Formats: sequence, C-alpha cells, structure tokens
Amino acid sequence: MNDWLQHLPVVPVLAPLFAGAIMLLLPESRRSRAGLAVVAVLVQLATALSLAYFTSDAVLEIWPKGIGVYSIGKWPAPFGIVLVVDRLSALLLVLTATVALAALVYSLARWDRVGVNFHPLFQLLLMGMNGAFLTGDLFNLFVFVEVMLAASYGLLLHGSGASRVKAGLHYIIVNLVSSLLFLIGVALVYGIAGTLNMADLGPRVAQLPASERGLFDIGATILGLAFLIKAAAWPLNFWLPAAYSSAAAPVGAIFSLLTKVGVYAIFRVGALLSESGVHGPFGSDWLFAGGIATVAFGIVGMLAAQQLARLVAFSVIVSSGTLLASAGLNPAAMTAPALFYLVSSVLASGAFFMVTGMTERTRTHYFESSDQAPVSAVSYSAFGMDDAPDPLGVDDEVGIAIPAAMAFLGLTFVCCALLVAGLPPLSGFISKFAMLSAAVGIAPTAELPVQSWIFVGAMLMTGLAAIVSLTRIGMRLFWSVVGRTTPRLRVIEAAPVALLLLLCIGLTIAADPVMTYLQAAAQGLTAPQTYIDAVLSADPSAAVAGDAP
Amino acid sequence: MEAIFALAIGVLTGSGVWLLLRPRTFQVIMGLALLSYAINLFIFAMGRLAIDRAPILDIGAPAIAEHYADPVPQALVLTAIVISFATTALLLVVILAARGLTGTDHVDGREGET
Repeated sequence: MNDWLQHLPVVPVLAPLFAGAIMLLLPESRRSRAGLAVVAVLVQLATALSLAYFTSDAVLEIWPKGIGVYSIGKWPAPFGIVLVVDRLSALLLVLTATVALAALVYSLARWDRVGVNFHPLFQLLLMGMNGAFLTGDLFNLFVFVEVMLAASYGLLLHGSGASRVKAGLHYIIVNLVSSLLFLIGVALVYGIAGTLNMADLGPRVAQLPASERGLFDIGATILGLAFLIKAAAWPLNFWLPAAYSSAAAPVGAIFSLLTKVGVYAIFRVGALLSESGVHGPFGSDWLFAGGIATVAFGIVGMLAAQQLARLVAFSVIVSSGTLLASAGLNPAAMTAPALFYLVSSVLASGAFFMVTGMTERTRTHYFESSDQAPVSAVSYSAFGMDDAPDPLGVDDEVGIAIPAAMAFLGLTFVCCALLVAGLPPLSGFISKFAMLSAAVGIAPTAELPVQSWIFVGAMLMTGLAAIVSLTRIGMRLFWSVVGRTTPRLRVIEAAPVALLLLLCIGLTIAADPVMTYLQAAAQGLTAPQTYIDAVLSADPSAAVAGDAP
Repeated sequence: MEAIFALAIGVLTGSGVWLLLRPRTFQVIMGLALLSYAINLFIFAMGRLAIDRAPILDIGAPAIAEHYADPVPQALVLTAIVISFATTALLLVVILAARGLTGTDHVDGREGET
C-alpha cells in the first residue's frame, strides 16, 4: 500500500500532462475531450485532498513530519530533482484543483467552443501550476512556471478578438522578459552557491565567504524581481488589468491563481533563505513597501475602473499586494492569516470573474466601449447622468417581478462584493480580521511599530474602496440600465459559482479547524529546518521499502 | 577569453534592451531574441569558462573535478534555449495576429503621436 502512496506527489503533474496529451490525439469533438478534462481535474482534486490528508497530523505513518519528498528517478536530493509536498503545497494544490473544477464546468457551457484546443491548454496550465507548487528545485520551478505561462498565453487569446490579442501581446512580452530575469537569477545563484535545490540553498549560502555574498545577493534580488512580476507587485503589474479583464470568464477565474504562484515562490524561497539573512526583495522592509504600494495602486485602479472585469482584475492586484505586505510585515505571525486570506480571495475572485462573464450578457453594450470613448468614472455615476430619461414616463420601480436568474446574479454579486471588501459575515471578513489582529498583536505591551499602523490603514482602505466601487458598478449593472434583457443562465454556469461561494461560506463556518491547519502550514513554512532536513535526508532507495517509522 | 565573452554578453544585452524598448513589434521580437542569446551565454559562463574539458566522464582521465566542465549549466542552457525558442515562436504568431487585427505593427495596436 505504501509503495503506491509514495508516488502520490507526482500524480498532480502527470495526470494533467497525460490528459492534455491524449486530448490532442482525440478529434476536436466536444464530448470526449470535455469528459477527459473533467476526469483529469477530479483525479487532481482527489490526489490533492489525499495529499493534504497525508501531510496533516491525522496520519503519521507515511510522512511522519508532514513532508513528503519524491525523488524523481531515484536520485538523492541535492543532485536529483525532488518534488516536495508539505502542508502549504497540499493546500495550494487543493485550491488549484477546486478553482479548476469550477472554471472547467463553467467553460463547458459555451466558452470551450469559441476557440480551438481549450481543454489541452487548460490541462497544461494546471500541470504548470501543480508542478510549481510541488517542486523543490529552482530551475524546475522555472520550467513549470514556463509551462504554466505558455499555456496561459494560449488561454488568454482563447476566443481571439482585437482587445485580447492586444492585451495578450503585452502580457506575453512582459512575461518573456520576466522569464529572462528569472534565468539570470537562477544562473547567478547556481554560479555562486553551486546548487539549485531550494532546501540545499539555505545552508550553503550561510557558509559562503563574504566576498561572494554580494554577487549572491544580486542573484537573489533578480530572482525576486522575476517572482514579483509574476505576483503583480507595483510597479511591475501594469500588464495585469488589461490581460485579466479581456480574458474569457473561466480563463479569468483560473488566472486569479496565477499571481499566487509568484506569491508562493516569494513565500517559499524567502522562508528558506531567511535564516541566512539574504537581502533583496525577500527582505521584509522592501517587500512590505512594495506590498503597500501595490495595494495603493489596486485601490486607485478599483475606484477608477468602469468595467466590472477590470475592477475584479484590480482586486486581484489588491490581494497580491496584501499578501506581499503581510509577508514583509512579520512572517512568523502573519503567515497563517495571510494564507486564509489567500484561499478566501482566490475563491472569491474566481467566482467574481465567472459572475462577471454572466452579467456581461445582461447589459446593453452601452458601457462596453470605454476603450474608444473614455469617460471619467465620475460622470457615469455621480448624479445619474447616464440614465436615459424614460420616454414613456412609466414608473418602473413598482411591480416588476425579479426573474430567478437576476435574483441569482444579484445574490452572487453581493456575496462576491462582501468577500472582496472583507465585510462580515463571510470569510473575507474573518481573514482580514485575523490579519489585522495579527498585525496589531505583534507587540502587545510595547509601542506598535509604524508599519503595523500603515498595514491596518491599508487594509481598511481596501475595504472602503472595494465597497464604494462595487456599489457603484453594482447599481449601474443591476438597477440603472433600463433596457436590460434578462439573461438565460444555465445550471452548469450557475453551479460552479455557487460551489465557490458555498466553499467561502464553509470557510466561514469551519474557520477554526481551517485556521488550525493553516497555522501548521505556516509553521512548516516559517521554520524551514524541518523542510531542509526532510529533503536532504530523504533516501530514495529506502523509500521504496516503505519508510514507516 | 573572459573579457571577450563578457563583452559579447554586454553587447548582446545592450542591443537587446534597446530594441525591446522600440515601438515596433518586429524590433521587440528581435530584442527578445538577442536578450535570450545573451542570457544563454551567461548561464553557460556560470559554469566557469574552460577549454578542453568535457562535461562527461572520460574513462582515461582521472576522476577529479578539475578535469571536467560543470555539466549542469550546459543542461540548463539546453532547456532555456528550447523554452525561449518555443515562446518566441508563439510570440511571433501573436504578433502576426495583432498585425492582422489592428492593421499596424505598433506594440500598442495604434500609431503613436509622432
């Protein structure tokens, strides 16, 4: 039994790879490919859930310390490439598979047919993300990120159209440059430290002579810059709003996870290097400042956004900035609440992108062309100037039955807005509250540092900005347009949104056990010695016989 | 040798960055290609420059690290070449699509003020 279980960490990479490859051989008929895609995502979800179970405290037989190491090709750790699954990786795998399942089911309604090869690209995107969350090797991280990005280029352009191609062009060029930076960083790190294994890196760096430290710090800084571009930190994030808002709705939903790969890389590499005192963007002050600047940029963008899709894209930036700032503030205390926020905000923005896709059908195309005729946001909403006077003078405020579809859309919109703004009673509030209390509770007796106050202020401002902008757009979407058509919603579109929002409600109800798990995950991240020992001491030949204690 | 190598990387990077900042898509893609050449050479150099040292084990030569070049950067370069080649080809397709859809080869999809 154990023999099979120890191969579990590689399944999240292999399942989408094979599924995607087989799909290319199948004819572009909808049914077979879609069926295979759903099966592959379900396999990934099941694998991710069992990985999360086996790394938890509930089961200690397989991986006693909650860290599973899979040596590819049986090469021992510093020489071969390893996949490492700990609680944080398992959590992110579960999150990826969940959002992927929702996005996939949603796309079956019609989106997968507006272009070719949606399903293979989607599977390869999942392969890249799963691999990036699992890998324990810097260069392998680069490869998986490239797989993910290459698939994302195709998905972003899915459906074609001038705006998508234009946004896609910028997105691809920026990401190619960031990949080149990534390579420079990796090469410098290897040239100085002589290893690419992330666990091996920390101890090696600690032993470097001072004369070589400068060069290593430069390498780590360039590497961090590449991560920050992926994580959409200001000022490296101008590509994001156009790209995300022009993507098709299910693609946007899964893209809300892409920036989190960069955030994860910063968390992981930063934590592993923290004990050797590496500077650069992993150092707390810079990361904190960058995070706060990102939040500020996101706030301004949210307030200025005139289309719902752009607003959601800016909220993704805000959530990235919040995560970066919290990682910079105090990793030890803030990581667990930040992870809760990550889960909640990814679920919320995933649902929000899908809701956006549905609301776009209800609108007349009056507001669509802001690209050609830019109108300031104020002139839309202040004074209600845009409402065409009703020519017949019919008082349409009375006696209109709300169709079920509109009621569903309105309800999901309100839920998403509450989650993004962090208002009670949903999980957005709990995550923000946990982060604020951790930020304020750093020094319970002594005077609070200025940074904590800045963080608290930024958090409250994001909530206010989100409420202001979402209320404005919500009123415009649901109340002010007179000649609106009632959309026809299909169950396979509504169900994924409902699933993601129900999960958020579940997070709210089960906040205590979830937080306990996340605290364990955060502990594994911020105290990397266990991780380093587990990876470097893993003996691939012994593992085959079953490494029960 | 080091000086020439460093100069080559520097010239390639400099021209690449300049081209990358130009407004025409063709210039941008040429810039990206030059940059990726420069970075491939750079990765190669990170294994230390050496002459007459093979990266694979030679039965006749003594098994001391000094007699061999570092094989890891060479493997990294191969991977990097494949990836940058593939993504550049993909970018070329997108650039052609953008040219067809917008009718201009400006990176913003419309001509600037000049």
